[in-house]
Amino acid sequence: MITPPLVTRRRLAVWGAFLAMLIAGPLIFNKGFALSLLCQIGIMTVFALSYNMLLGHTGLLSFGHAVYYGLGAFSTVHALNMHAALPIPVTLLPLVGGVAGLALGVIFGYVSTKKAGTTFSMISLGIGEMVAAMSLMFPAFFGGEGGISGNRVTGAGLFGITYGPQRQMYYLIAGWGFLSVLAMYALSETPLGRMANAVRDNPERSQFVGYNPQRVRFLMLVLSGFFAGVAGGLAALNYEIVTAETLSAHTSGAVILMAVVGGVGQYYGPIIGAALITVLQIAVSSVTQAWMLYFGLFFVGMVLYVPGGIASIIVRHERVWSAGLLRRLVPTYLLATVPALVMTAGVVAMVEMAYAIVDSIGYTTMRLFGVLLNPKGLGPWAGAVLALVVSALLLRLAARAIGARWQDVNTELLTREKSHGDDAGAAPVRGVEELRTGVDHQGSESRSTSG
Amino acid sequence: MQSALISLLNGVTYGLLLFMLSSGLTLIFSMMGILNFAHAAFYMLGAYFAYQISTYVGFWPGLVFAPLLVGVVGGLVERYGIRKVHRYGHIAELLFTFGLTFLFEEIVKLIWGKATVDYRIPFSLEGSLFTLFNTSFPVYKGFMMLVSVGMLVALYALLTYTRIGLIVRAALSRPEMVEALGHNVPRVFTWTFAGGAAMAGLAGVIGGNAFVTEPGMAAALGPIVFVIVVVGGLGSVVGAFAASLLIGILQTVMVSIDYSVLDIAREIGVKLPPEAALTRLSITQLAPIMPYMLMVLMLIFRPRGLMGARET
Repeated sequence: MITPPLVTRRRLAVWGAFLAMLIAGPLIFNKGFALSLLCQIGIMTVFALSYNMLLGHTGLLSFGHAVYYGLGAFSTVHALNMHAALPIPVTLLPLVGGVAGLALGVIFGYVSTKKAGTTFSMISLGIGEMVAAMSLMFPAFFGGEGGISGNRVTGAGLFGITYGPQRQMYYLIAGWGFLSVLAMYALSETPLGRMANAVRDNPERSQFVGYNPQRVRFLMLVLSGFFAGVAGGLAALNYEIVTAETLSAHTSGAVILMAVVGGVGQYYGPIIGAALITVLQIAVSSVTQAWMLYFGLFFVGMVLYVPGGIASIIVRHERVWSAGLLRRLVPTYLLATVPALVMTAGVVAMVEMAYAIVDSIGYTTMRLFGVLLNPKGLGPWAGAVLALVVSALLLRLAARAIGARWQDVNTELLTREKSHGDDAGAAPVRGVEELRTGVDHQGSESRSTSG
Repeated sequence: MQSALISLLNGVTYGLLLFMLSSGLTLIFSMMGILNFAHAAFYMLGAYFAYQISTYVGFWPGLVFAPLLVGVVGGLVERYGIRKVHRYGHIAELLFTFGLTFLFEEIVKLIWGKATVDYRIPFSLEGSLFTLFNTSFPVYKGFMMLVSVGMLVALYALLTYTRIGLIVRAALSRPEMVEALGHNVPRVFTWTFAGGAAMAGLAGVIGGNAFVTEPGMAAALGPIVFVIVVVGGLGSVVGAFAASLLIGILQTVMVSIDYSVLDIAREIGVKLPPEAALTRLSITQLAPIMPYMLMVLMLIFRPRGLMGARET
């Protein structure tokens, strides 16, 4: 077997473009708000990728990943505040968070990685809740309700870099972010990363080839804890305050949302998820207070209909696009857009009207999509329900049309594959189902509880 | 001592309530291999439905209809949600029910608002049942015990002595065989799921007014129910019963103990630094993390749980 070269032209191009994007980012988005948004996305990217080391790479669904992120953040802010006694340069402080996450990973990993699957999920939830409950018991370390604040400007830094201006903070996040993203990718290519995939897909067989699945899971959890801790450390420096909220189930839920929406089957999936969810969170929460509900609907919809996340959509279309068949799909997609938009509008109208009724007793009109209407009126509700039902039916028809087109395209791809069978450059064609799910390797592990 | 007995009784009441949740969860788990993350959300729905019904026709109809409504919701969730994600594997199922908890909480906020709703104990069940060493035990607590024990006896009888129970138990261990004998196993699953949801709903009906009915009630109780299932042993109903009582009693009793670690150390003659945060913790403060501590210890020393047949 020939090992593929480590550094290929394609890889250099992708990572170079990524680095260039990171450097150029603040030159384009130089406004205060856009810059802090970029910082937030950077932190969440590292966090979501560290989470995907467990979910996507090792098949471990953790409900308590905020533990490593939050305690990494608390450790960093304490190290920052102890600057007089312990002069660690601010540039290196995220590593303190990383080491804290690593140490916690060793402790909690020992308990939780004994088993995979559902048991692991439950234990991770329990540990997450335990640490969150502890945060209120030790106000000296966790700062109680107010949290712990720090000041990242610790004096005249090297070459005048004090991390006072947000832009300098951005480059700190970008630097650590790039290193972490690269390191996590490299890790996924190591024998450990490959064995993690094997343990995810078939623990018994990986045991047969001489690996201890428990040990592989443990190592992956420890390393994932490290990167989550780095993300927490960056967050502590960026916001200069750490509250108990960072440890809560809410944070753990947010990272699940990012990873799943982005797609756990591809390495870059969680990056998309982190960027999208961070932007959406700020955009949607500024216009409506029902944003959590929309996120819940979005998440459940993704799990039901696109379990492979956005990355799986990209992967499917990339192949069709490179075969030059994308234009066969576009018309049906356009056709589906109209009912999809109407359906969204119907749901939004109902949710917003309901919120208007619950929240403000007395006032009779509200502005929705630029129209003044009465949230208690029969007309608007009937309209919304009608729009929802009709568009749902139309969407069903459109989905059927899309499915038929896909079948077409897939047969075409298969025939081409057969006629160019010896073509070295051709990508292997996978079945439709496999492409659909992206996470279907878990499907093989059915009914673990018989007997 | 007097108050200890009363808090023991309170603990048993709370433990029985927990068992109404954990029994359904563990039954669904052992049958379908699905850990229903949204199980506590059904508890919350039960409380809210009962509150809504009680504003129209009073408490007693709510006691009957709210669990039935929750059961219908549970059945729909199984039929149109879980069955669909089932083919994507266990992780997708867990993620789906995890998303549902979010969704249910937000929908409850949307309909009933973010504040606590005024769901009260019915007038006929107010007052004290008996007085023990000057501390009274409310009638409603007694009623809660009665309902939960009644439900458990009914469940036991249903599973043991009826034909439905026979099929359910058979589908638990040998679903293929049951299917070969002509039973619709997916439908049995749906009914089991709906039944488990209804039991959680009933717990909500009687627990919502005893404790509090607010959108955060599911998130507060959910993790504890999971801990019970782990501590009791995955899939073991008897284990869930023991763990429910254990955690219910421990948590209730611990809340009522005003000692701190420092006081206890002084009692047994050990001197500890009084200014350390750890020694100033009172037992009451430790109560919220006790279930999780118990779970971690259990996993280290007895990974299969109290009554689990196999290692979890």
